[in-house]
Amino acid sequence: MQRKQRLSRNTAYFVPYILWILLFVIAPVLLLIYQSFFNIDGQFTFDNYVTYFSSSTYLMMTVNSVWYAFLITLATLLISYPTAYLLNETKHPQLWLLLIIMPTWINLLLKAYAFIGIFSQAGIANQFLSFIGIGPKQLLFTNFSFVFVAAYIQIPFMVLPIYNSISELKPSYVNASRDLGATNWQTFSRVIFPLTMPGVKAGIQAVFIPSLSLFMLTRLIGGNKVITLGTAIEEHFLTTMNWGMGSTIGVVLIIAMVIIMWLTNGNKRRSGKGLTK
Amino acid sequence: MKKLISVLVALFAVCGLLAFGAHHLQASTGSTGKKVLNLYTWGDYIDPSLLTKFQKETGYHVNVETFDSNEAMFTKIKQGGTSYDLTVPSDYMIEKMKAAKLLLPLDKSKLTGMKNYDPRFLNLAFDKHNQYSVPYFWGTLGIIYNDKYVQPGSIQHWNDLWSKKYKNNIMLVDSARDIMGFSLASMGKSMNTTDPATLTVARNKLNRLSPNVKAVVADEIKMYMIQNEAAVAVDWSGEASEMLAGNSHLHYVVPSEGSNLWFDNLVIPKTAKHFKAIYAFLNFMSEPKNAAQNAEYIGYATPNKKAEALLPKAIRTDKQFYPDNKTLSHLQIYSNLSPENVGLYNDLYLEFKMHH
Repeated sequence: MQRKQRLSRNTAYFVPYILWILLFVIAPVLLLIYQSFFNIDGQFTFDNYVTYFSSSTYLMMTVNSVWYAFLITLATLLISYPTAYLLNETKHPQLWLLLIIMPTWINLLLKAYAFIGIFSQAGIANQFLSFIGIGPKQLLFTNFSFVFVAAYIQIPFMVLPIYNSISELKPSYVNASRDLGATNWQTFSRVIFPLTMPGVKAGIQAVFIPSLSLFMLTRLIGGNKVITLGTAIEEHFLTTMNWGMGSTIGVVLIIAMVIIMWLTNGNKRRSGKGLTK
Repeated sequence: MKKLISVLVALFAVCGLLAFGAHHLQASTGSTGKKVLNLYTWGDYIDPSLLTKFQKETGYHVNVETFDSNEAMFTKIKQGGTSYDLTVPSDYMIEKMKAAKLLLPLDKSKLTGMKNYDPRFLNLAFDKHNQYSVPYFWGTLGIIYNDKYVQPGSIQHWNDLWSKKYKNNIMLVDSARDIMGFSLASMGKSMNTTDPATLTVARNKLNRLSPNVKAVVADEIKMYMIQNEAAVAVDWSGEASEMLAGNSHLHYVVPSEGSNLWFDNLVIPKTAKHFKAIYAFLNFMSEPKNAAQNAEYIGYATPNKKAEALLPKAIRTDKQFYPDNKTLSHLQIYSNLSPENVGLYNDLYLEFKMHH
């Protein structure tokens, strides 16, 4: 009897969580899917999907979004992995980790505006370039600056999971590998990297998915020279009021994200689980 | 049973919270007070000292809430739950709100200041006989250039933008209607055209402009132009006047072959409640002295003829913001397009933005 009571009390604790999920996750997604089947006159139709998959503009935009999300993820990974690795070697990793996470406390918009100041014609970056004799360059509104700023914003989300999986890695594996005659490179590529793969995958999920729908940075830093699906969604909801088409793009994005999750999770099961423990 | 009760309790708690939130929101939009007026307007679009003066004269406290696009304002009023007494849509949006039955007609007998307005800005196509709206400000779409990089006088027409001289040096305001519009105007076509073939030609012409386009941005354009980031920009006159105030090298040109003429008018949305305050405010704002003070503060052109006469000569005779009748006669007011055509404009514009 007592046990049963405790059980029902435990389920009661879940109520806020379930309500939250229902109200703010499941209901909006269902509404989005529902909306995507209506055209601008409010009639039920599949036309939005037909338009999406037959329009070179939208397909081009999808390719653009995936390509830039890939570039951002790659840049973030290339910076984050060595950072996380070195972090693990330092004396006070928690302190350094705190410093890396700190920028996430600042609003995204403020960071974007700060970069406008840094990259503008009279900004610090160009002053430095002039100082070393290269002369001012156009930095804002280039693909480089867009990927740079996006990577800067995403780095903490990549460093954290990688750091966690590196710190979980038992030093005995590395020692064993060296004792058995592996070179440094072999130790890294055959032992350390495969064993920290779950952290890398979690990092890729945390970075790639939000990068797919970045839209504020495309305008502020990219000057709308980089157009992603986020831009189209904003336009359909705010300007053309074609909520059906906007929802359709949203649904396609959700499906793309599910595929990414599935790809990165699916591999985890195959490559030796439990070795990290 | 216990589980059911706890679910119910949680449900009631959520409902209670939501109700409290809704009540709180309503209170913050000012529907509760008595001597109030709820004004829903563009950001920084009224001289704050006028609001104090209005309260002193009439006793009505003005709650100001702001929006940043006509479409956002339309959606918010249409969805209800607000209690705005006055709002300031642009021309085509007045037409759209009228069609959606979101506006209340004006009671002309309570308006004392209509005679102060310039007849050129009354009785326009978007609101015949001013049944629903009182002019607030008007302006144009034009070209801003920096005389450090551009020889004064060398940009007079839209077609000058396509010159190779301005490679990667032009900033455009992120607005489908305006960018497609100036491409149409440069070819002598109507800025309200709905012919797909003509619009496609306009898009193709814009694609040829893309090597010159440095960025397509919104409000930031002001900051960039003031900081000499680009030589040329396409933006609205009101934004231009702020840029000119921040950088003396900047100039504004309204191409004489035609451009957009826009109006922001005061209207009463159907959510209005405080009618005495509304008419007191409309009459207060149409007084020449107040309208002139507002125009000097905001920097847009006033449609109030008597107020215009009160403005300093330097402002009143500035051809950049009060263009002569000849230019004015070539300007076009946007008409309200059907949703399909708005979609067409935006799709073509999106294609232009994606063109490299």
